[in-house]
Amino acid sequence: MATEVSTKGPDLRPDPQPPMVGGHHSFDSMTEKITGVIFAATPKGWIVGFAIAFMILQVLLVSVTYLIYEGIGIWGVNIPVGWGFDIVNFVWWIGIGHAGTLISAILLLFNQTWRTSINRFAEAMTLFAVACAGLYPLAHMGRPWFAYWLLPYPNTMQLWPQFRSPLEWDVFAVSTYFSVSLMYWYIGLVPDFASVRDRAPNQLLRMIYGVLSLGWRGGSMHWHRYETAYLMLAGLSTPLVLSVHTIISFDFAVANLPGWHATIFPPYFVAGAVYSGFAMVINLAVPIRHFYGMKDFITDKHLDNMAKVMLATGLMVFYGYGVEAFMAYYSANEFERDLMMKNRVFGPYGYFYFALIFCNGLMPQVLWFQRVRSNEAALFVISLVVNVGMWLERFVILMSLQRDFLPSSWGQYSPTFWDISTYIGTFGLFLSLLFLFCRVLPMISIAEMKHLLPESHVHSHKDSHDHSDSAHGGSH
Amino acid sequence: MDAPKVKIYGLVAEFETPTQIVDAANQAREAGYTAMEAYSPFPVMDLHEAVGFKRTMLPTLAFFGGLTGFLTAFSLTTFTSGGAPSFITPFLPDWFYYPLNIGGRPLNSWPAFIPPEFELTVLFASITSVFGMLLLNGYPRLYHPLFNVPRFSRVTTDRFFLCIEAKDSKFDLQGTKQFLEGLQPYEVSEVPE
Repeated sequence: MATEVSTKGPDLRPDPQPPMVGGHHSFDSMTEKITGVIFAATPKGWIVGFAIAFMILQVLLVSVTYLIYEGIGIWGVNIPVGWGFDIVNFVWWIGIGHAGTLISAILLLFNQTWRTSINRFAEAMTLFAVACAGLYPLAHMGRPWFAYWLLPYPNTMQLWPQFRSPLEWDVFAVSTYFSVSLMYWYIGLVPDFASVRDRAPNQLLRMIYGVLSLGWRGGSMHWHRYETAYLMLAGLSTPLVLSVHTIISFDFAVANLPGWHATIFPPYFVAGAVYSGFAMVINLAVPIRHFYGMKDFITDKHLDNMAKVMLATGLMVFYGYGVEAFMAYYSANEFERDLMMKNRVFGPYGYFYFALIFCNGLMPQVLWFQRVRSNEAALFVISLVVNVGMWLERFVILMSLQRDFLPSSWGQYSPTFWDISTYIGTFGLFLSLLFLFCRVLPMISIAEMKHLLPESHVHSHKDSHDHSDSAHGGSH
Repeated sequence: MDAPKVKIYGLVAEFETPTQIVDAANQAREAGYTAMEAYSPFPVMDLHEAVGFKRTMLPTLAFFGGLTGFLTAFSLTTFTSGGAPSFITPFLPDWFYYPLNIGGRPLNSWPAFIPPEFELTVLFASITSVFGMLLLNGYPRLYHPLFNVPRFSRVTTDRFFLCIEAKDSKFDLQGTKQFLEGLQPYEVSEVPE
């Protein structure tokens, strides 16, 4: 490319970024707005919301306690369906978490500045969703106090885990994913903890947030190393997030079962994860920006962008359904064909399959319309439906277990009360953690948001003559 | 030169815009100061170069962290499965040898070991990046002399500070103060140790 940009002719460069910060904000007002939520008196709505979430959390507590007391016989799982709600919900929650990593890592690498205001709570959502997901394999063990047997460590039994098993890969993938997400989230919070520390109204808060900030003081070398580390983490998280859902899809795809043994699984699981994750981010962003008055930071443009990502990933997922059906037909394998038509589409849970096609495939097509994407309420409802659809997808896939090769070994799965109560209970855990997060932590990245303000750019004397061509054009 | 009454850490000048702090840091470096640091509420482009900091070794550290992770997972999966090369096998303890014969498949089934290897590579590289960053930056460090300057609390909101430290060979309380005031800061303050 020529180094000289011609000044003649029409300017074909894309418009400068639309403002990702509404209103008139300065560094100070921005810091005030975001940290103010922490220092303000607890809103009544928060107390009510947290109380409800906390009560639902007790449902989980009771369910898990009874499970540990009685054993997993209280669930509807049995041969041939040895996995039921537990793996469905495990995959569903993990998938929701993936949008957080996508927003914080992949969009950072692609220089999408609109991620800035939503990345903090999307990452929090990731952590809490993975925490909910992690409960299921632990609970499914029946004897969760032996959970450490999953880890490779030298032991007196002289045993090692089966490293060739996708379930063991899960242990590596999910624990790495949780650890990396936690570190990413925490170091993102460190400078903001310092902001909170420096504005804290009393000594106690100053000490708490001071310790959390590790004593951050924003030196230029510190920032340089910080940005380097942050960027490297983004680069590491990007393949990580893809690998995690790939490995989770291997739980199914490696098994030699009709309807599972397909190469489409990894990409379509990843797309589905991002799909449901973005739906959940919208489900959280709409109330947060509403109740906390954050519309200047989480603008309509953000919702619009998220809806577009949802539409794109939704189409990929829909394509996946098509490929599954086509491959079952094209393989000319009677087990695949029977699984697809007689079990999945017109089988015992056939109505779930049609509901899935509606929720994930057809209904989100309304997102093609700008009017829908700019309507908060519509987006909220569509996102809920998508989340339901993605849950159905995992359930429908799992129900392949009901009918394998031999009709004599067929069986029917139905969830019990405790399956359902455990699922409902994890919402209590998820929402309780989210409410606590919104109350005590800066829910939007303060330091990164300041970068979106034009005042944050350095006007150098040396290159002032070509300044109008700089990347920040239009924002001066 | 008057002996200062309290031991001082350095002199700090407060600025209001990123442009001012970069200019000030550049001038201080050109004036020959080396022991200095500029503080800002968000990363300011090239500010670390203005104070004379070249580049961080962090990416190199992370690379070796990742390599360690890979080698850990590689030896863990391959050696415990009985896939170690024959020149290594005699050195492996008994408890590190657990071959599983699954339908006569090779013991060194390396493709199946890629997922753990990948995950541990990412995990170790991430841990090295994060903790390497914190350690190189000297965190956690809850007390710092700069926190004695009341206005320094605005460094996390909207102000930019340039601190020339007393350990600088060119540091001289009066002279450096005059130099900093020449940079047209909002305010110059002494930082008590």
